[in-house]
Amino acid sequence: MKRTFPLFLLFVFGILGIIPFIIPHPVVQNTDDFLRNNLLKILAAFALILGLGSLLRVHFDKIKRKRQNWEYSWVLIITFVITSIIGLFGGVTGEGILPTRIGSFSFDIWTIYFNIEVPLGATMFALLAFFMASAAYRAFRARSSEATLLLVSAFVIMIGVLPLGESISHRLPSFTQWIMDVPNVAAQRGILFGVALGMLATALKIILGIERSWLGGGGE
Amino acid sequence: MATILLLGIFALAPPTNVRAFDTPDDGGGAITIEWQLSADDALLEGYEIYRSEDGIDYEKVGFIGRGRNVLEDETEDGKKYYYKVAAFSDTGRIFSEPSPVVMSSAQWINRNKINIVVAIFVFGGIILYFTYHARKGKELYIRKIAGVQAIDDAIGRATEMGKPILYCPGIGYMEDIATIASLSILGEVAKKCAQYNTKLINPHVEPIVYTVAREIVKEAYTKAGRPDAFDPDSVYFITDLQFAYAAAVDGIMVRERPATNFLIGWFRAESLILAETGASTGAIQIAGTDQVSQLPFFVTACDYTLIGEELYAASAYISKEPLLLGAIKGEDSGKLVIAGILVAASILGLLTKLPLLNLFR
Repeated sequence: MKRTFPLFLLFVFGILGIIPFIIPHPVVQNTDDFLRNNLLKILAAFALILGLGSLLRVHFDKIKRKRQNWEYSWVLIITFVITSIIGLFGGVTGEGILPTRIGSFSFDIWTIYFNIEVPLGATMFALLAFFMASAAYRAFRARSSEATLLLVSAFVIMIGVLPLGESISHRLPSFTQWIMDVPNVAAQRGILFGVALGMLATALKIILGIERSWLGGGGE
Repeated sequence: MATILLLGIFALAPPTNVRAFDTPDDGGGAITIEWQLSADDALLEGYEIYRSEDGIDYEKVGFIGRGRNVLEDETEDGKKYYYKVAAFSDTGRIFSEPSPVVMSSAQWINRNKINIVVAIFVFGGIILYFTYHARKGKELYIRKIAGVQAIDDAIGRATEMGKPILYCPGIGYMEDIATIASLSILGEVAKKCAQYNTKLINPHVEPIVYTVAREIVKEAYTKAGRPDAFDPDSVYFITDLQFAYAAAVDGIMVRERPATNFLIGWFRAESLILAETGASTGAIQIAGTDQVSQLPFFVTACDYTLIGEELYAASAYISKEPLLLGAIKGEDSGKLVIAGILVAASILGLLTKLPLLNLFR
């Protein structure tokens, strides 16, 4: 029963997931919308409680055992508690019972999100430029024939998209475009064919109960 | 007389043959209107579409520029509608004859997708055929994937060095096939970690994925006969923000110095941030994703990369389960069919462009 019931549910919902793809009728589409959005949101809310519980447990354990950099766990726990109180009692934009404004200074969840989380995320994203430079250095070392081919084609494309490319040869920009449109697209399509078939096979394996590792028990 | 002459010169030709019909293959609530362009199309600003429920009072429901002759109108199912199209310019507008009465309704089958359904049945049939043969114990040859073969060595290396293994399943949701495939591989990796007594670190960005992964890892330790070795804190949720997650995982890589990093699942821009940081710590890195845009980053910064469908096949390779291997054989045969069709279509396409063939047209 422990295995059969989840497999039965998976089979039913797996088939229900396929049907809306070919049936546009509102009865089917609305049911699908309810399952995908409403029901999934309820599940996600419960899972979030479990997730936050795990986060706090890990950090409390770190503090208790005085593991490396345990002091930072206090930062996480304190900011977690503060933002939770502000969010739960102050509302998203300060409409709750907790005042979230002192004079012109406001600290509601929306303000915290846009002034702390968004800039921090943007900072991490900005680091990508430096990581790209180091990855490019690694990729462009001509250690093998494939790496040499990559280096040459990347060089041609970089020159070709610049105004300099046009001044070197008027055919270079169109050759650059050809590399992007033909060999590049051919390789991408090859991968996408494999991905599409792989998705189909994986979905079939899961819906029919052939693949059961998601149950944690392998095929047994 | 002069007025009649002016009207004769400046009067616009109306659009003709106005046809309104229930938009096919949709969920209802839409009527498509088509018409033949006015003979004075080049002089027009465009066409105005008018609708009536009684055939007498018309209201304007849309406008479209000149040279175009199709418009989809939002309607209420089961209600009768009449349509007129007016050719419109700065000198005035001239109406077409009204269309016959029309009603919209919801359809039960989208005929445009029948070809996809047929393809699903054909390829699904091939996969099930090979699965059936695998069930009967037939030996199947499957080509080797370097990235999958390296998994054992990578776990062994971590065990010898006494360092942990980091398994990062990406930022996908539970409904993403790449995430499901990643969790299948996680189960096999966790089993080997349990056997070798190697520490596993498995941070998550999505609460539902975290919940499922925790059960998978716990069950894997039980299957390996070492339920006591399972550390509940080895699988944990960090945040649901993409770059906060990237920062946290980078921190784990730098602090814990895992000997092996698995970056397998659904990734976006954080892929290179994670892979480059992992490479700088000297860890062996095995990556895998079906996101074509992230593959170059993984190929560049990781030792092994599972490309596209190799990711879906990996758990079957590791587990060596005959049924799962049968499905992989089916996938490969499906690809062979597609490749055959592509070659045949390309040859036909080339042949039809040969000038010699024009003689037979």
